[in-house]
Amino acid sequence: MKYLEEYRDRALVEKYLDKIHHTVTKPWNIMEICGGQTHSLVKNGIVEMLPHKVKMIHGPGCPVCVTPVHLIDHAIALSHEDQVILCSFGDMLRVPGSSGSLLEAKAQGADVRIMYSPLDALQLARKHPEKEVVFFAVGFETTAPAIALSVIRAAHAHIENYSLLTSHVLVPPAVKAILEEDDHVINALLAAGHVCTIMGLEEYYPLSGTYQIPIVATGFEPVDLVQGILMAVVQLEKGIAQVENQYARMVQREGNRIAQDVINSVFQVTDQHWRGIGKIPSSGLMLRDTFAQHDAQRKFALQSHPPLKDTGDCIAGLVLKGVKKPMDCPMFGHTCTPENPLGAPMVSSEGACAAYYHFSGFSESLAE
Amino acid sequence: MTARSKFTPSCPMPTFDHDMVVLGHGSGGLLTYRLLDQFIFKALHDDAERPAHDGAFLDVSGEMAFTTDSFVVDPIFFPGGNIGDLAINGTVNDLAMCGAIPQTLSLSFILEEGLLMKEFWEILQSIKQACEAAEVKIVTGDTKVVEKGKGDRIFINTTGLGKVHPKANIDSSNIQPGDRVIVSGPLATHGIAILSVREGLSFETNLETDSTSLHDIVLPLLDKYGSDVHLLRDPTRGGVASTLNEICRSSKVGIRLVESALPIENEVKGACEMLGLDPLYVANEGIFLAIVKEQQAESMVQFLRKHDKGRRAVVIGQVTEDDAGRVVLNAAIGGKRVVHMLTGEQLPRIC
Repeated sequence: MKYLEEYRDRALVEKYLDKIHHTVTKPWNIMEICGGQTHSLVKNGIVEMLPHKVKMIHGPGCPVCVTPVHLIDHAIALSHEDQVILCSFGDMLRVPGSSGSLLEAKAQGADVRIMYSPLDALQLARKHPEKEVVFFAVGFETTAPAIALSVIRAAHAHIENYSLLTSHVLVPPAVKAILEEDDHVINALLAAGHVCTIMGLEEYYPLSGTYQIPIVATGFEPVDLVQGILMAVVQLEKGIAQVENQYARMVQREGNRIAQDVINSVFQVTDQHWRGIGKIPSSGLMLRDTFAQHDAQRKFALQSHPPLKDTGDCIAGLVLKGVKKPMDCPMFGHTCTPENPLGAPMVSSEGACAAYYHFSGFSESLAE
Repeated sequence: MTARSKFTPSCPMPTFDHDMVVLGHGSGGLLTYRLLDQFIFKALHDDAERPAHDGAFLDVSGEMAFTTDSFVVDPIFFPGGNIGDLAINGTVNDLAMCGAIPQTLSLSFILEEGLLMKEFWEILQSIKQACEAAEVKIVTGDTKVVEKGKGDRIFINTTGLGKVHPKANIDSSNIQPGDRVIVSGPLATHGIAILSVREGLSFETNLETDSTSLHDIVLPLLDKYGSDVHLLRDPTRGGVASTLNEICRSSKVGIRLVESALPIENEVKGACEMLGLDPLYVANEGIFLAIVKEQQAESMVQFLRKHDKGRRAVVIGQVTEDDAGRVVLNAAIGGKRVVHMLTGEQLPRIC
């Protein structure tokens, strides 16, 4: 697998790790924003190989983790309607709403299907004109272009029984919200390489300047991650704060203009509630009025709830902001596990709590 | 390659008065009698061997192994096989993993009305061929029919009886720190072959299921190495990760896996990357794990490699005293991680 194996090269990883060990003199907290990066750090055992002075903080970049409870409740309610086929990406099925999950709805007889692409859901709508196919569209800037494309195609082909329940969120406003918090402990950021591939780097220059924080657009393979961490550590040790691009084989400063145009033609920016964090201004995407007939919220007259309180005592919000570690939660690993998640970050393999769960009990040094 | 291209029926389908299964085929009356007599028995038995009773009379002595398994795979036809041969191989392999020589099977069908007779015939032919390959006889069975919507075309249950190999001493309490973990072939092939034809997910691949009977490779291993083979398991549902976790929990030992040693076909690797799946958790049907005495491990690998079904056999890890109850993987880039048991269903990641 060309372009993958090269970035899993042990010798190269060791070379960068060695440089990190030689460069670091002070303790630093580096937040990797994207859940995909968290997953790779865990899967490859990278956290354990870093110097103790370099602490990775797992950011809010797990889309299923930040999807608000009331939207999951909407999805579950819709799935129980006789005529509805509710389609979703796999991870979303296990996330608990205020009562139950989509997986439980499926077990109760609701027609819930896992899709890899919104275009497959569109195909399903074409095949079943007697049904209403609702795609639960969850994700960041990375999944938005394909979702937008499915709506454009539905409109073009007059497939009226296809609609979206959207919970699309934008990364830079969330980063800004976290950096605005007085109690944040973050010294540098690894920006999500795939998001930057679509959106480019422009949005990160003002963030880096205003908050005097190094930001490195970073990929997902082991070599990418250790190189990105090294670039951040070098900046921190030098006392500078710049935007750098580790993932140059994919990311260009202006991003992918065609994908951006597709997103902009279908969606407009709106305020968005992030589960565990709260409302963040201009941090979400909603369908434009011209596509209202494909908006499940409007089509099925779903009440736009005020943000509900998140489940019980879950400290997901503090974890997602990097203020607390998953192990600081009294429920972690006891009443809250991947088999029985009480909060969303325990569900997805990209969620911070699940990532820590997979470390815990193995050796104390890993879980610190 | 299409899903059914490998299969060539050995007998033409008999003329039958229905082209699909109807509820009456499970009524116990004339239609049931005809289905058995003119269709199922015709496919599976020579005239002399047709069962005349509801039960079988077996002459059994010595230590026996006994196992049962149900098969609900979706779709029922997939590249390289179908639910029929899967149902035979699955139970034959469960016996082989007990160190037993598979002998007799029971075979039960739950059919959903509407199942096409020509599909059922194809499944029966696969069952017959798999039984011949595994040298087992079907001695009893049952057929029920459920209403449309109450099943998923066809479910199969098989139960198997086999005589334990005189040299076998398969027991998780035999496992010692230092023992080596051998896998007989590449991981995750069956699961990915099934996913490649699942509705809503189909992608082009030449992959076929690895489903096969394993007794003919396992029994010679026991002949030669006897009690130095401490444990045998076929890592079906939940994959290698879940099977090894079960072993660690029951034996209170740790297992250290070496990621770079895991045999995985490139095509399977690529599909797993694309689908966001971990091959350690994907189902297998034609490979087995052996936990064996350290000193004999390399010799056993060489022995297995001479057999067609063990050409890719390799040591993938070892049993440790540390980390009791856990599977720990040395990642290819030098890190370590705990390999947990599968939680729920393996769901694809979204980004």
